[in-house]
Amino acid sequence: MRFDAEFHRPEGADKLLNAIRELAVSPVRIMEVCGTHTMAIAKSGLRQVLPENVKLISGPGCPVCVTPAAEIDQVLELSSRPEVTLTTYGDLMRVPGSVRGDDLRRRKALGADVRVVYSPMDALEIAKREPERQVVFLGVGFETTAPGTALAVLEASEQGVENFSMLSLLKRTMPALRALMAREDVAIDALICPGHVAVILGSDAFAFLPEEYGLAAVVSGFETGDLLYAVHALLRQKKENAPRLENEYTRAVTPEGNPAALAVLEQVLEPRAALWRGLGLIPESGMALKEEFAHWDAAKRFGLTPVERDVPTPCRCGDVICGLIEPTQCPLFGKVCTPEEPTGPCMVSGEGACAAAYHYGRKLL
Amino acid sequence: MNHDIITMDHGSGGGATSRLIEELLVPAFHNPQLSALGDGALLELSGPLVFSTDSFVIDPVFFPGGDIGKLAVCGTVNDVAMCGGTPRYLSLGFILEEGFPLESLRRIVSSIADTAADCGVSIVTGDTKVVEKGRGDGIYINTSGIGTLTWPGLSPANLKPGDKVILSGTMGDHGTAVMLARSGLLEGGDLRSDCQPLCRLAASVLEAGGVRVLRDPTRGGVATTLNEFVDGTNLSIELEEDTLPVRPAVHSACEMLGLDPLYCANEGKMLAVVDPQQAEAALAALRSTPGGEDAAIIGTVTDRYPGKVILNTCLGGGRVLTRLTGAQLPRIC
Repeated sequence: MRFDAEFHRPEGADKLLNAIRELAVSPVRIMEVCGTHTMAIAKSGLRQVLPENVKLISGPGCPVCVTPAAEIDQVLELSSRPEVTLTTYGDLMRVPGSVRGDDLRRRKALGADVRVVYSPMDALEIAKREPERQVVFLGVGFETTAPGTALAVLEASEQGVENFSMLSLLKRTMPALRALMAREDVAIDALICPGHVAVILGSDAFAFLPEEYGLAAVVSGFETGDLLYAVHALLRQKKENAPRLENEYTRAVTPEGNPAALAVLEQVLEPRAALWRGLGLIPESGMALKEEFAHWDAAKRFGLTPVERDVPTPCRCGDVICGLIEPTQCPLFGKVCTPEEPTGPCMVSGEGACAAAYHYGRKLL
Repeated sequence: MNHDIITMDHGSGGGATSRLIEELLVPAFHNPQLSALGDGALLELSGPLVFSTDSFVIDPVFFPGGDIGKLAVCGTVNDVAMCGGTPRYLSLGFILEEGFPLESLRRIVSSIADTAADCGVSIVTGDTKVVEKGRGDGIYINTSGIGTLTWPGLSPANLKPGDKVILSGTMGDHGTAVMLARSGLLEGGDLRSDCQPLCRLAASVLEAGGVRVLRDPTRGGVATTLNEFVDGTNLSIELEEDTLPVRPAVHSACEMLGLDPLYCANEGKMLAVVDPQQAEAALAALRSTPGGEDAAIIGTVTDRYPGKVILNTCLGGGRVLTRLTGAQLPRIC
């Protein structure tokens, strides 16, 4: 395995950039669908050094950003029940529901027992330590965080931790990508495939992109060098008019993925329809606990019904996620909606397209 | 028996309070002003003075590279030093939570005494309060510090285009070490807080001359502090990404947690803006002082982007570094 540091400050960057400029003969729209890619691109200043006709667009890559406001409302309500200790990753603390200013940070200040954890196993430990509390872990994320979440439920069931449960807002990448590509208003030529998801699912899982949608596709890592290689490879595919799947991130991604992680996903979770902010209800795009783990399903324990329609909000995060508008084209961007007082999730999450544009994408002058 | 923990008695003002003061605190910090145990300390100081105060609520109380006691001394001493002062006297206020282990308090007091001695400051007055279990988080400390103004005139108003920005060492060590310690992920890692007094480093660079302003980039990190320098002015600061000193362990931790070292807290680093003619001398002075070995020139004051801090990336792009907004939160994927 090569170390990432080699890739952070690439030696051959100038050479690659020149090659990219030579290949960029016609306009190309490249989407990335991973929040870490969104941030890496913004931080590296890559957009400014690419030719004008190569557009990088941030797709639905941040799990916080695709969570609909109506689901956040459910989470807020749950957090305020006196018997509940809600455990969550830090990102969720500042995501507003449908009411501006109402978020977990505020609920906590008002007395709700909300605790930031770094892993679902921490939540399980809290449940064991405090048997009188109903400890709910907020399962948010894609296939990257889902195996760890599934494992915590599996351990809770094996150890009989009765006061632990998991609220699954987990999402699957592939059905959403298919839904996105099937839309007529979404015009994408090439995809930088999410490296982290590919570690779990394997690069082969993305083969349908060139095969069914004619998209150029490269599985990429997260260093500046990785991204330069990926853009170069995508432009070469476009020029050769030979869309195919390439794996640039071979130091972490195999064709078949991580069998142990896939096995635990298979054992504990099953696909179900899920609502995505901006994309609507997509069949099979969510993950629910299987019937045999129903006892640890917070939705069942607390009588929460799956959300199928989002509440309307003024923010245009949905259009941003689909690549229909740039973050700066949202009328709220930087005025009403800032990282300090976010209106939409794309501004809250450190990996949201709007936060990236706010922090790193602003015009220098 | 309650001799191993703090109880409400320790804050009653009665016998247990006296024993705590006379058996633990006074011997640890022994000096004539404190030993007099009056309602306040009588000090002999003349000329312009620097006065600063800071409160410390860090969790965890003990972390790799330091503890709340060391931090409480360094924090205030460093603030006085950044103003061009020579720190002399500190006050020390404890707010203790019922049930806090006395052994932990002893360790913290000993750490305070060692750090104060290292900085050449005396702890001359203090206070101890105890709050009920559940009304505090173990221990909170407030320190205030007084020093004499040795190097007057430091201010961001002195900045001129061409001035060099020097950072006295690596960025983000404190913020990442504490965050990892809090998460329990630190086992076996080599991340340590950079918590250290800056009075000697400040003196060395100020003696070298040409310093416009000094500041320690604590909460909000280097990016936020530099924004304070140019906010509302016609000047900008341009940083060069490939000159920024970051330890590999900090870089990795930031990648893992989704943090940016430019926004991570430091507790033993100093930013100095220096006349370009004297920048190399200032850098040499810092590098030859313990704690300043990794000092580097990281940027330049310009007038190209009024009011902004810009990072020129390795790729040749540029990005605006805004102030830190909210708290840096660990990411989830």
